[in-house]
Amino acid sequence: MADRVDIAIVGSGPAGLSAAARAAECKTPHVLLEASPHLAQTIHRYQKGKHVMEEPASLPLRASLPFRAGSREQVLAAWEEGIRRLGVNLRLGAEVTAIERDEKGFRLLIGGREAIMARSVVLAIGLQGNIRKLGVPGQDLPCVQYQLDDPEEFQGETIVVVGAGDAAIENALALAFRNQVIIVNRRDEFSRAKEGNLKAILKAIEEGRIECYYRSQPERVEQLAVGRRRARVVLATPDGEAQILCDRVIARLGALPPRAFVERCGVKFPSADPAAVPVISPRYESNVPGLYIIGALAGYPLIKQAMNQGYEVVETILGRQVEPADAPLLQRKLERLPGFAGVDGAIEWIRKRTPVLSPLSPLQLRELLLEADIQFPTAGKPVFRRNDYTDSFYVILAGQTEVETADGRRFRLRQGEFFGEMSLISGRRRNATVMAGEGCILLEIPRRTMLRIMQSVEEVKQAIDRAFLKRAIQSRLAPEATPEQVEELARESSLHRFRAGEILFAEGEIGDCLHLVRSGSLMVSRNIAGREVVLSYVAAGNYVGEMALLGETRRTATVRAAIATETIRVDGKSFKRVVERNPVLRLRLQAEMRQRTAQNVAMQVDPRGGDLISFLLAQGAGEATDILLIDESLCIRCDNCEKACAETHGGTSRLDREAGPTFAEVHVPTSCRHCEHPHCMKDCPPDAIHRAPNGEVYIADNCIGCGNCVENCPYGVIHLAGPVARKPGLLAWLLFGLGPGPGEAPKRSDPSGEKKAVKCDMCRDLPGGPACVRSCPTGAAIRITPEEFASYARARR
Amino acid sequence: MHESFLAHRGLRYLWVSAILLSLSILAYLWHDPIPRPNGGTWLGYTLGTIAALLILWLMAFGLRKRLYRSTAGTLRGWLSAHVYLGLAVPVLSLLHSGFQVGWNLHTLLLALVFAVVLSGLFGVWAYLRYPPLITRNRDSATRSAMLEEIAELDRKALELADRIDPKIHALVLRSQQKTRLGGSVWHQLTAGDRSEGVLKALNLLSERQRQQRAQAPTGSTMSGGATILAMVDYLAAAPDRTGEALRELIDLIARKRSLVARIARDVQFQAILEIWLYLHVPLSFALLAALLWHVLSVFFYW
Repeated sequence: MADRVDIAIVGSGPAGLSAAARAAECKTPHVLLEASPHLAQTIHRYQKGKHVMEEPASLPLRASLPFRAGSREQVLAAWEEGIRRLGVNLRLGAEVTAIERDEKGFRLLIGGREAIMARSVVLAIGLQGNIRKLGVPGQDLPCVQYQLDDPEEFQGETIVVVGAGDAAIENALALAFRNQVIIVNRRDEFSRAKEGNLKAILKAIEEGRIECYYRSQPERVEQLAVGRRRARVVLATPDGEAQILCDRVIARLGALPPRAFVERCGVKFPSADPAAVPVISPRYESNVPGLYIIGALAGYPLIKQAMNQGYEVVETILGRQVEPADAPLLQRKLERLPGFAGVDGAIEWIRKRTPVLSPLSPLQLRELLLEADIQFPTAGKPVFRRNDYTDSFYVILAGQTEVETADGRRFRLRQGEFFGEMSLISGRRRNATVMAGEGCILLEIPRRTMLRIMQSVEEVKQAIDRAFLKRAIQSRLAPEATPEQVEELARESSLHRFRAGEILFAEGEIGDCLHLVRSGSLMVSRNIAGREVVLSYVAAGNYVGEMALLGETRRTATVRAAIATETIRVDGKSFKRVVERNPVLRLRLQAEMRQRTAQNVAMQVDPRGGDLISFLLAQGAGEATDILLIDESLCIRCDNCEKACAETHGGTSRLDREAGPTFAEVHVPTSCRHCEHPHCMKDCPPDAIHRAPNGEVYIADNCIGCGNCVENCPYGVIHLAGPVARKPGLLAWLLFGLGPGPGEAPKRSDPSGEKKAVKCDMCRDLPGGPACVRSCPTGAAIRITPEEFASYARARR
Repeated sequence: MHESFLAHRGLRYLWVSAILLSLSILAYLWHDPIPRPNGGTWLGYTLGTIAALLILWLMAFGLRKRLYRSTAGTLRGWLSAHVYLGLAVPVLSLLHSGFQVGWNLHTLLLALVFAVVLSGLFGVWAYLRYPPLITRNRDSATRSAMLEEIAELDRKALELADRIDPKIHALVLRSQQKTRLGGSVWHQLTAGDRSEGVLKALNLLSERQRQQRAQAPTGSTMSGGATILAMVDYLAAAPDRTGEALRELIDLIARKRSLVARIARDVQFQAILEIWLYLHVPLSFALLAALLWHVLSVFFYW
């Protein structure tokens, strides 16, 4: 006879714990199922003593368990104490392998055997996924482990590490100091590892410090009762079976993303995009009645949000009306809207007025509104200016706005229309100034929120892509064209994606289209005497390939994507038709073409400039919006740039002058390039990373110090840093010798205290601009934008 | 684009300095006081005051450099002005004194002015000369990367030496223990290589071994270098494998030598870029003290 409960909660993270605690408090029969051997696996895996923060600060906590910012240990201890006090029915090590639904309710299979019957299921399994096990007999023996907390714990052992990712390599290297380590790799190389780890492991293998079995995998693990070693691993190798006697097996095989499991439960996802979250109702119910989804899996990555949802979902299941904890926040945001009568009414009012947002579910719209901002700008005031770097998206709720483009044309956008999609998609500066009209009400949606909506609601993405296509053709390619001509071009255009290095078209091919760069950037080169000479760099918002359409029919140069790039491919025939009918457009395009040809010839004459551009692009400058360059023939290595950076930013320098490559005396130090589509923004739980109007990508104070951005930045320019002690003033140092003086390393106040991510913010709070450049005594340091690469390269020949 | 502090804003401060100097020289030539030009005339006082104020302002560079939040111009502009206007001070001082010198503290002040300016000029020269040399010497490696490589080479060398012979191992180890980089100011500046001549010894060893293989193993007939020769005898009898390892060891040590030399040069360049400041700054403070005393005494004896 299977167990029977009212509510089965799967996953004991903040969301699941909170739901279970509320259920226990209400004396509802429940069970909390956790696959790992301890509570809150994700938080449990934080490093010892890590400070857990309490964001968003404005959101009140409504849960049966306490949660306050503090160390990992304090947070976990408070939860453990809470569930003991409330009598939560917790089962650790209970991995749910299937959830089936019939007319009586749900049947949850645990470990593939035992079943639990439940009337409702709360799925709170987060996004980390279950750890991938060895998948062979003996995988659950005590000598097999899937995590390594402290490599120092073991010494003098023989340890088999299975896996080829960064985790496996780092573990193997750390263990090899005091143990004999054997690493087992399924493939014949370590292709998934980071550069540094790859070098280190290959070196260790070459020197014999670590033994490696390539193209091998474990077949079984056996516990031994006699002999000096505790276990035996049997491997399948290219040369046949191999047996290793060892003390311990550590398998680091990554985690299985939870999506496949969730889909097997019958839950639908709106798109194949890996970032998509399942569709749920305002009460967190999925398309499977009685199956609720909360927490990170539902798109709420913060602890407090997840705990509030755990509470609310249990109230909902018990049939009680519950106003979400964020209702007062929404109320405050929405009550200034005309005719406001309750939050739900206002949400509906917004939905009716904005065609682009109408495909959203009420919960999605609610979530969007929580993160968005409603503005009532005074008429004539600019919403943003041309060349600003902001990247949010605007929808007009009431009134109208006036748009002024680069060439001085003006047009109006009315209620229900949207703008700002150009910078959102391309990551480049605003290409027009938008002014508020009379009685204008705007909804400003942050970049991350909008991208998430576009990933999960196909209709929204399509509507924005359509508008982008037309507006990009109109503003970037053919401002002289009539709306009908733009329409004609847009009809024959399509979106294309290119991987970094992929060729759009090659020299000598017949040209039948042109490409307008939507996001990313391109590199134009020619093959001269068997050598590739880089001619120019094309940033997002510009076009290539028009030469073959206007004059010659063959491509005069090869164009490839410098980074992952999206383009709008405009069909050659319709483009020629439009150009023929529009002499003004033709003249302008020809003038631009002449200028480009002249520039290309100049670059061909002396290929050194092109070499410099390709060097810069190889350093990732292709996705930069602003990059720090140091002329090493001027740099006296005084490190005043680093000192200035540290002095103006709480004692931690955000740039490393010495690190980084040099070519033709141009040095690219390790410092932020303020990417068009910043990698650091990709996975920031509190959405603390933003882009300011003048381009800098900065981290706001609500950073929770999770370190995701540090991991995601390919240029290694983000660190976690704690606060430092205040320094004595300049005069105190000068007159009385009180140290540390200006430019000297400060005293770290508390090494275990809370750490936050820090990165270059281009000294946004300083009126004079970036301190690194301003404090360079010899003029070696400059910051330039990719648009200046060509003139920079020419100037340095 | 990059612009050197010397070229800052189209040589703006060179012009300022040139104009200041031309005006001063013209005034000096036009002015014909009795008995002769000196610090006590109205022009003498004017020039002296200008020079004194300039010195105070020039010394404020040290403050500006440390005011990292300052919006008062860029540091490059300040350095440009510091150099060009600093060059004007000795000329102004000479005009102020009417070219009178003697064995007194006023002339000490004049001497200090020249000493400070000369040390500063050395700095300008070093700033122009050494940065490209550093880049070329580094060859795209950071100093820490080079040090790591040395540690790595040392480890490999010991491993190899161990396989050859315990005596060679001891030789290599001793040489490694004696490798020193940096150290005293003198050592930094001269880039002295104090690593023992282990390479020479090993090369000799390898060469001997080859020769001895060619000839009959008759034993050594040469005097001196007893340890090495003993080893040579031993190696001559050893299998071929050792000879190969020895050559490999020599390659490793040669590579290490070149790295050590590069780091020593790097340290040297860096030291030269900084050493003059240890003269320039204290001398400036001495100058300031002498200036205060000069002004006070002049007013005291007025």
